[in-house]
Amino acid sequence: MTKIADAFQNGKAFIPFITCGDPDLETTAKLVRAAAENGADLIELGIPFSDPTAEGPVIQEANERALRAGTTTDKVFALVRDLRRDVTIPMVFMTYANVVFSYGTDRFLKKCVDAGIQGLILPDIPFEEKDEFDPACKAHGLELVSLIAPTSEDRIGRIAREAEGFVYCVSSLGVTGVRSEITTDIAAMVRLVKQEKDIPCAVGFGISTPEQAKAMAAQAGGVIVGSAIMKLVAQHGREAVPYVAEYVKSMKDAIRE
Amino acid sequence: MSNGRFGIHGGQYIPETLMNAVIELEQAYDRYKDDPEFNRELTELLNEYAGRPSRLYYARRMTEDLGGAKVYLKREDLNHTGAHKINNVLGQVLLARRMGKTRVIAETGAGQHGVATATAAALMGMECVVYMGREDTIRQALNVYRMRLLGAEVRPVDSGTGTLKDAVSETFREWTNRIDDTHYVLGSVMGPHPFPTIVRDFQAVISREIKQQMLEKEGRLPDAVLACVGGGSNAIGAFYHFIEDESVRLIGCEAAGRGIDSWETAATIATGKLGIFHGMKSYFCQDEYGQIAPVYSISAGLDYPGIGPEHAWLHDTGRAEYVPVTDEEAVRAFEYLSRTEGIIPAIESAHAVAHAMKLVPTMGRDQIVVINISGRGDKDCAAIARYRGEDIHD
Repeated sequence: MTKIADAFQNGKAFIPFITCGDPDLETTAKLVRAAAENGADLIELGIPFSDPTAEGPVIQEANERALRAGTTTDKVFALVRDLRRDVTIPMVFMTYANVVFSYGTDRFLKKCVDAGIQGLILPDIPFEEKDEFDPACKAHGLELVSLIAPTSEDRIGRIAREAEGFVYCVSSLGVTGVRSEITTDIAAMVRLVKQEKDIPCAVGFGISTPEQAKAMAAQAGGVIVGSAIMKLVAQHGREAVPYVAEYVKSMKDAIRE
Repeated sequence: MSNGRFGIHGGQYIPETLMNAVIELEQAYDRYKDDPEFNRELTELLNEYAGRPSRLYYARRMTEDLGGAKVYLKREDLNHTGAHKINNVLGQVLLARRMGKTRVIAETGAGQHGVATATAAALMGMECVVYMGREDTIRQALNVYRMRLLGAEVRPVDSGTGTLKDAVSETFREWTNRIDDTHYVLGSVMGPHPFPTIVRDFQAVISREIKQQMLEKEGRLPDAVLACVGGGSNAIGAFYHFIEDESVRLIGCEAAGRGIDSWETAATIATGKLGIFHGMKSYFCQDEYGQIAPVYSISAGLDYPGIGPEHAWLHDTGRAEYVPVTDEEAVRAFEYLSRTEGIIPAIESAHAVAHAMKLVPTMGRDQIVVINISGRGDKDCAAIARYRGEDIHD
């Protein structure tokens, strides 16, 4: 059975984020397959939300386009079921609490399991609120990924102790989006995690170039890239597949040890 | 475990990046809320600068015209900056200064909270940035100018529907970007804990005064208190000290826009369902997949798809009632109060006046109703003229 941990068995993990339904679900399916074929170790599938408060402009616009194109949670489940005919790497959903809650948490999680999803990332659920979803995730055998941020400081230990799957290290203050430099001491964050629990750490927010990916991967178990990919999708629409494929390959190559 | 609950509502559903910021805020608030020096300074500002206590005015002509209960108006419109928003802003800005913050950011819908924040920032010598939906900067152009005049930067928000919810989202985004020197002056009883409690406490001065003034004037409590509800800060302020007095009906008036059977509404209790958004669990207007609805009201200040968690709880327990009021009813009440009492209410407050116009005639002459006039209506004149087909320039 596929698990999130599998993503970290193949050297440093490259984790692309793709907003489902931008520009349409057929393209999303092609993008996921292309990413998997070109070295992605785990895929973060974004279920679009009307008001994604943790996202910068690139992913906000991807969400808007996806919703305008008629993407719904049920259609995303159908997409994943189709992908699971041949995609074997772990896949997790990244979405907002209300998307899961309004669907009915148990009903949502059961559909995740049936479709072949391994975990969930909810950026608006901090440690203090994880009881809203975590017990239900455990009951369904899904892993709720914990996030830590440059402002977490004394909270990192507590969060890491109960973390599952991997720890999502938010590289910078602010929302998602391409940044020219990342100044946070990622290695120090990762050390604090590892003192509490032997769990992989992946760094996200702001990473776009192979050089940045290489520098981040040197300090953690993997890198997560969203905005740079969705920028290619915004630029090329249905023709984005080869560009994303090439980009994923360049990023995975850059972090290979 | 999760903090700041009102029944099942409330909580802290925010990105990890902001958690230490809200914890720091909670600690600062716990430290200063009963601090004599903090309260002395706040009371002095409220009285000498904002003009408190605000009047509780007996609306004789309205009472005679409606022919039922006696009508009193709580005149929050007479506060400096023209609305109740200043009560909360002065408290939060004093708190922010004690926390060592030098910059404040805020969201605004109608512009009243933005103006109040810009005012307090000017007074305290703090930097101020206000986020306002693009649509609202057009509807409330006068308030945009007032904020700039006061030295604030107004950043129009183009994302989503370009209204209050998008301004809130964008202010949260900016806060995650810059926490060290920046306090987010949230304008309503919403968002993550501790905001709903802090804002309620600073607005509770309204019901504290109503109670005292009513006992002085009538020697008894009112039978009903009415207030408009968007996020719900003036309403919770007007309700709070009456929650324990079961004989006092508490009535929140929601913006129904073009009607609760239409898509163009912002009446959360009437049309929303339980959800998690903007840091809190509460009721939200949303579709079957949890996408937040693009709500509508003629009133930019009530044009919000959610309601504060304490109101959600007062609704659950039945302690408060929430009723929808349409654009048309609110505009008629806006005109009615202007002509009957010579008081031009904010279009937001006119929603409460509109419901009072229905309720008061059904009540006895020995009964008393208080309407919270949360703000004044100068800012709305151009929009109401447009609504009536008359084009005047702001």
